[in-house]
Amino acid sequence: MRKRRSSAAPPLEEIAGNGLLHRRALLSGGIVLAGAMASGAAATQAAAEPLKDPPWSLQPGDVTPVLQTPSRFEKNVVRILSNPKGEPRTQHARAPLQYLDGTITPNPLHFTILHSGIPDIDPAAHRFVIHGMVREPLEYTVEALLRYPLVTRKHFVECGGNSAGMFSNAPLQATVQQLHGLVSCAEWTGIPLSTILDEAGTDPKATWMIAEGADSLLVNRSVPLQKGYEDAMIALYQNGERLMPGNGYPMRLLLPGFEGNMNTKFLRRILITDQPAMTFYETRNYSPLLPDGKAYRFYFIDEVKSFITKPSFGMNLKEPGYYEISGIAYSGTGTITKVLVSADGGKSWGEAAVEGPAAPKAFTRFRMPWRWDGQPAIITSRAWDDSGAVQPLRADFVAKRGETEEPVKSPYGFPNQHYNSLTCWGVDAKGQIKHVYV
Amino acid sequence: MLLAALLALVYSPPAARAAANTPGLGKPISPSDLKAWDITVLPDGTGLPPGSGTAAQGAKLFDDKCALCHGQGAKGGIANMLIGNPSLTAHGIASNKTIANFWGQSTTLFDYIRRAMPWPAPRILSDDDVYALCAYLLAGNKLIPEDEPMNAQTLPKVKMPNRDNFIIKFPDRI
Repeated sequence: MRKRRSSAAPPLEEIAGNGLLHRRALLSGGIVLAGAMASGAAATQAAAEPLKDPPWSLQPGDVTPVLQTPSRFEKNVVRILSNPKGEPRTQHARAPLQYLDGTITPNPLHFTILHSGIPDIDPAAHRFVIHGMVREPLEYTVEALLRYPLVTRKHFVECGGNSAGMFSNAPLQATVQQLHGLVSCAEWTGIPLSTILDEAGTDPKATWMIAEGADSLLVNRSVPLQKGYEDAMIALYQNGERLMPGNGYPMRLLLPGFEGNMNTKFLRRILITDQPAMTFYETRNYSPLLPDGKAYRFYFIDEVKSFITKPSFGMNLKEPGYYEISGIAYSGTGTITKVLVSADGGKSWGEAAVEGPAAPKAFTRFRMPWRWDGQPAIITSRAWDDSGAVQPLRADFVAKRGETEEPVKSPYGFPNQHYNSLTCWGVDAKGQIKHVYV
Repeated sequence: MLLAALLALVYSPPAARAAANTPGLGKPISPSDLKAWDITVLPDGTGLPPGSGTAAQGAKLFDDKCALCHGQGAKGGIANMLIGNPSLTAHGIASNKTIANFWGQSTTLFDYIRRAMPWPAPRILSDDDVYALCAYLLAGNKLIPEDEPMNAQTLPKVKMPNRDNFIIKFPDRI
């Protein structure tokens, strides 16, 4: 006879300071509720009123549209534009990551950066060529490429300049979207680039490929050829539908884990060479300056990173009691294996639940049950991946990479590139959340 | 039947095997058909076209086509400063990276101006125009003499002052 589970919930153990609870609390709502009640959070239980039918239950609803859009009550879940009038400069659209959950960024909300607007490309007239140090230069139509064997993989794409405001010497008071919104994660479907490289037949002496888009600037980047054979893809679909125009329709290069700008959108040409082209973007924008005036070159990889999306700046806690701390972890060097969360500014840490199976070079969602006692707290997260990489603490990061001499005023500027240290949210006794450094 | 298929794959001649492994739907394209798109310029000068231009020619072109965004004398406007040599540590890690103080290769100028500029109407400049603009910007930054024309031979030889101040971040990925 199976033993009946006791209805008396065991007391919840705190695994780290300031109320972080064991992640097993996530598996049993009953335990958590008991814990929350014990901590005096009964205030959440407003006096019940007799139920009645609301207006939408009393008449038929709206006509079904061909293309669904979110509820009108979700109007704030939109991207933030850096250049809404389309002035002659780059346009950034930052993803509202603090309002999303899970690991997939919906296509209309996926971040985009366009250096000269979104080209209106007719897929029937688009051409892709591969040439240079190859056995045979080849031209492809999109129609032909759609007949190839396709693969589907989940990967994040992150701008090399994402989180640039974190280089500020004083913490910018800004939301997750403003600070970290230039990263998104999607399920991409396309052709392994190695298939096309093999068809053209690359010269054994070739070491680089120069990818070029069909936008008006013909944005180009040099990519090591070994990445082309490793896991590069010509992506045609994004989360099951054809690419969004801002994400590279009708086809883009996808280089898992490499900075967004290298993932050439509107891909129209790959030149196989034995040297990098030193294009404008790799020469200037994506060569981060170091404190001594030297600079990194070929900073391809977006390294291991995590941040808490909920609760975060802009979402104040109304009362003490139970909250779930939740966030995103990802790494351009592998698969997330562990995320630690702290509620006391890094004095003590507890291991968060990592939703699995974690995919390489993709968003991983972490969750940590938390009972906030109403006292000041500082919540933060730190991630590890299976290559052994660990997210650097801010002091170590700043010692190596530096920070600005003056506070950064706008979260939309780019004082430097490739920030992957921690993000800390300070909760005061009123439940107000500020961005803090520890 | 599966076994037979596997055997057929294993024992087919190499040419047939290649054809079976990839769809092969690309169409061979000739260098002449590729010409209009074959515009990449490499640091050793590969890809630079015939033609030539001087700083004096470039100055006039700059006023007409570039100064609106990049400012009079290329000192910067709504777009980047192109002539100017501020210290790379003047504002710490947020210092302004310019052609004179930062760029490692001179050929980047030709590749980028020809493909992307002027921003509202790219690729209206002739190759001579692009060489002239390269000469104007390099002479303005005191990286070449005022009267030295830029062409496929001279441009790649221009030594950029900051070329040796870069650290390859991930050498094992190249």
